[in-house]
Amino acid sequence: MNHFLTIEGLTADDLNGLLDDADEFVEVLHRPIPKVPALRGKTVATMFFEPSTRTKMSFEKAAKALSADTMSFSPGTSSLSKGESLKDTVLTVKAMGTDAMVVRHKATGAPWRIAEWIDQPVLNAGDGAHQHPTQALLDSLTIRQHFGTLEGLKIGIVGDIRHSRVARSDIQAFSTLGADVTMVAPRTLLPVDPHVFDATASENLDEVLEDFDVVYVLRVQAERGGASVFPSLSEYTDRYGITKERFARLKPEAIVLHPGPMNRGVEIEGAVADDPRALILDQVFNGVAVRMAVLFRLLGGERNE
Amino acid sequence: MAHVMDGGDMDRAIRRIAHEILEKNRGLEDIVLLGIQTRGVPLAERLALALEGIEGSAVAAGSLDIGLYRDDLDKRPKTELGATKVPGPIGGKTVILVDDVLYTGRTIRAALDALADIGRPNRVQLAALVDRGHRELPIRPDYVGKNVPTSRNERISVRLVEMDGEDGVVIESREEA
Repeated sequence: MNHFLTIEGLTADDLNGLLDDADEFVEVLHRPIPKVPALRGKTVATMFFEPSTRTKMSFEKAAKALSADTMSFSPGTSSLSKGESLKDTVLTVKAMGTDAMVVRHKATGAPWRIAEWIDQPVLNAGDGAHQHPTQALLDSLTIRQHFGTLEGLKIGIVGDIRHSRVARSDIQAFSTLGADVTMVAPRTLLPVDPHVFDATASENLDEVLEDFDVVYVLRVQAERGGASVFPSLSEYTDRYGITKERFARLKPEAIVLHPGPMNRGVEIEGAVADDPRALILDQVFNGVAVRMAVLFRLLGGERNE
Repeated sequence: MAHVMDGGDMDRAIRRIAHEILEKNRGLEDIVLLGIQTRGVPLAERLALALEGIEGSAVAAGSLDIGLYRDDLDKRPKTELGATKVPGPIGGKTVILVDDVLYTGRTIRAALDALADIGRPNRVQLAALVDRGHRELPIRPDYVGKNVPTSRNERISVRLVEMDGEDGVVIESREEA
């Protein structure tokens, strides 16, 4: 593995191998001194061409917990606003001395382009509506910690699947790990061709809700046009929101996940988000561990060319 | 290929080390055995059983993976991480590190670094089934199953029932290996 760009093409063994390492990093993060020297002397650059706080902080925390140094780039304050090209920006940062780049970009495929320009590992931290592979790992880890395995679980992903890189990566990871995935959304937010996904589709949450072991609530993404296809947010909440009433109808052992940031009162009611069976903060914690696992896999040990 | 120890030799060495641990520490109180991944882990479990057999009370045993603390990560092929399972806090305890082969001492250096991140034991001791010499760091074992003088181009291979289906220690030259 020379880059970490997509979940597509990874086998169940690949994914479980990364999750096994992540389990060990969870142990590291619980130590009195939650830091190991594995990547001492390495520099990880976080290149976020699209705003993000949690994913960027999570990668930085992961790199630092491995003793790597971090450099960060934010588009608002950079020479991109002076017209520098993406390629020049990337080559400039690399010339300062990086060992890996973590890239988020609004354009699909941008991390692949960057991987062609630099001969060092590139990690995709989200490209357009395409992929967000470390999110899929942290979601898979959270589910695996809770149930022991994803094999045979019924997972419902509810919300704006069409515009969601999280959904795309999650569906690939969950189905590869043996779960049975259902996409739940109004037709306008389902994929244009649902058959390209290894998942079934439903437009009626209330019909399928009680089957799920995991309810994965997606954010209503106003910035990607996700709100405009619905007459009003309250209508969305009526049909697809995880309200207290819907939560009460779930299997007693079912859990609720959300990638954040949450719109409380829209896709998830506040009381549900605060319930112990909503593992949203576990997801955040696990995000650091899976990013450590990926960074260590790419930068620890010999380069495999 | 030469046989250095068979299963019986290994059993006797482990029992002797158990007695030495009890003698040196005047009992089992505050002792924590930590096996270094991978072959130190079953050895620590066997040592724990031997101690329990002598003293009649259980001793805490766990595992330590030092993969994240190596000083030669850049020169090694990638390996999967092993589990670190420390049975309770080690602050104030006597930790006995258990490994199969003591060689350059670099693994033990890494293990000491790992321990420092986990807690502050009162003392740390080292038990090795085989000491083959060629230390590169000022590290010495407290308990040794067998001293085996070797040359650097030989390979010592410890085989354990738990992982390899048989017990024994063999020495082979690099060409044979």
